[in-house]
Amino acid sequence: MDFYILAQQLVNGITLGAIYGLIAVGYTMVYGVIRMINFAHGDVYMVSAYIAAITLAVLHFFGVQSVPFALITVLVITCVITGFYGWSIERVAYRPLRGSTKLAPLISAIGISLMLQSYVQIAQGARDQGVPVLISGAFRLGSDRDFVQITYMQVVILAASFIAMAILTYVINHTQIGRQCRATQQNRGISAILGVNTDRIISTVFVIGAGTAAVGGTLVTINYGSFNFFIGFVMGIKAFTAAVLGGIGSLPGAILGGLLLGLTEALFAGYVSTDYKDVFAFALLIIILFFRPYGLMGQPEIQKV
Amino acid sequence: MDNAVKPVLIVKLAKEALFTFVIALIVLGPISGLVLEGFSFRTELARALSLAAVVAAGRVLISFLLGTRICSRALQRFNRNSGGGVTVRKGDEKFPYAVIALVFMAGLSFPFFADKYILGVAILALIYVLLGLGLNIVVGLAGLLDLGFVAFYAVGAYLLALGSQYIGLGFWSALLIAPFLAGFCGMILAFPVLRMHGDYLAIVTLGFGEIIRLVLTNWLEFTGGPNGAPAPAPTFLGLEFTRTARQGGVPFHEYFGIPYSADYKFWFIYIVLFLVVSGVVYSVHRLRAMPLGRLWEALREDEIACRSLGVNHVFTKLSAFMLGASTGGLAGVFFAVHQGFVNPTSFTFFESALILAIVVLGGLGSTFGVILAALVLTILPEVLRDFAEYRVLVFGILMVVMMIWKPRGLVRITRPAFFPSSKSVVEISTNQALEVGR
Repeated sequence: MDFYILAQQLVNGITLGAIYGLIAVGYTMVYGVIRMINFAHGDVYMVSAYIAAITLAVLHFFGVQSVPFALITVLVITCVITGFYGWSIERVAYRPLRGSTKLAPLISAIGISLMLQSYVQIAQGARDQGVPVLISGAFRLGSDRDFVQITYMQVVILAASFIAMAILTYVINHTQIGRQCRATQQNRGISAILGVNTDRIISTVFVIGAGTAAVGGTLVTINYGSFNFFIGFVMGIKAFTAAVLGGIGSLPGAILGGLLLGLTEALFAGYVSTDYKDVFAFALLIIILFFRPYGLMGQPEIQKV
Repeated sequence: MDNAVKPVLIVKLAKEALFTFVIALIVLGPISGLVLEGFSFRTELARALSLAAVVAAGRVLISFLLGTRICSRALQRFNRNSGGGVTVRKGDEKFPYAVIALVFMAGLSFPFFADKYILGVAILALIYVLLGLGLNIVVGLAGLLDLGFVAFYAVGAYLLALGSQYIGLGFWSALLIAPFLAGFCGMILAFPVLRMHGDYLAIVTLGFGEIIRLVLTNWLEFTGGPNGAPAPAPTFLGLEFTRTARQGGVPFHEYFGIPYSADYKFWFIYIVLFLVVSGVVYSVHRLRAMPLGRLWEALREDEIACRSLGVNHVFTKLSAFMLGASTGGLAGVFFAVHQGFVNPTSFTFFESALILAIVVLGGLGSTFGVILAALVLTILPEVLRDFAEYRVLVFGILMVVMMIWKPRGLVRITRPAFFPSSKSVVEISTNQALEVGR
């Protein structure tokens, strides 16, 4: 019986972790190229949840019944529109601040975060929003009394996260743009000298980050069915914890960190306390920063003068 | 401007307008144009279009203003005259004692002219001045972004509420303990983080603020959870401000033989708060001239240079962080005693963001600017209650605009002199104010 509870928590944890990983990608890639924590990233995720719900409602309005078609359409449209968010935020709030004081981009990011939250609250209302259940049902492994339940939605989440990560890894490792991203991450100045349009690469990175966050946002929205304008805050800190856990700046690190955070959080919630699971995640962040600030897969940063 | 340039400019502006309009429509359209209602939606097409049009018009206006010669020249002149760099005092400037004394006396006698509502707003404004001054030490002077400042505010407030409940602390004892407790919390939090990359501090403090709030909400037996906890009323030399005192006590008005008024309590809180704010302003003023304060600002400007000169960066940052936290704790005690009640909803991230907005708009590092911004940002929402919805949105926009336009604040920073104000020393060195460009 205990085994089944543990297995169930592990399944839930991995699903949650995949989402954390998707959102952590945005933090880690942006940090990689411009060495800055994009505080507005959690709110980009929140915006994507709203866009996904709106797209779903519009599809429903036009009488789309096919679930796979609806799911893929929602994912694509949400990714594209949220990508535009990423691009515009970079263009408006971060690009003018290149070469400004150290504190300026951070404060600007806080400003964007407040703007997005407040904008969504004014436009859509402060109450909780919901989406209908799209995919129900589950696999059950085990006997009638003791079983592990894997919902079809969890399978979809894992599959979609895996596909998104696979595409991203391919793009970063094997395409022209990916090579330029990695070059910019290594050394922006030298890359610019060698003909990489670093401004465009930075924009691209923001778009990619927003896009993966949008995949996460869509999946969470469809899975839990309920969201409000404030969800980005806690999710932002947790995804950042995942990014730091894996080593900020490292793409596989973000995925690993996300999975680890999801697992430990699910186990904590299952065995210790659900009230304090957020406290656990934040405390974990402080502990990692104390003992291993460069994370599991990151390199210690050496500051050259 | 000659005629040949004009059509080119207009075409360029039109292109820009179209581009911005399309992007704004894609970005802002779905959320403002299609409002979710349950599982369905209603369309607000006009709102989405007008919003995108406003954004496009704003963009064109800015490009147009920057494009014309008169405006760019005016802007240049404006930029030269304010903000940007730092003026270092020569050391022989006259300190405006008369003005300071006048402001001090006016502030102190304020409650005798104000009614209860205005006094309440003034107390709240002064609490934010105190919070702003505290965060200004951390963000403005030392350059450490603290996004969980509200946690120290909560520590102070809950110290009074829970302290009176469990160990019988009063207002005065809480006022003495709060800075030390909040500073201690700040030390525990910041010590591990200050050794590494500056950006991490921001997110760790953000997490810490949230931990404090979640613990206050969830630990029902100790803190009262979401229902909060009552905070005791203040006493003056053991005299209470109630109509009839508790057993064996004498109320304030009977002791002095004056008629009872419910306002005395607020007068008392205001005056103590005003004295504490004045004390903090004075301390910050002195600190900036002391080696420690100079180290804060030096570390903010160039950490590597400071460390290579042997500055203990961890201690220096820690001292700033702790002093800031202590000030936040003080403000918390005043908040609790003024409200008579505390609960976790007063200590959300929005509160931290509001305090940060005060510091940013006040011009990071300028005491005068921070006081002004705190007064404006707390009094303005009282006046413009109809636009309360848009308050946070405006703060966000202002923060971004300030960072793009004037990352060092609206008020030009003056730095205390580097040498004693003796006449001979000044003559040997330069006769002009040093200009340190940014």
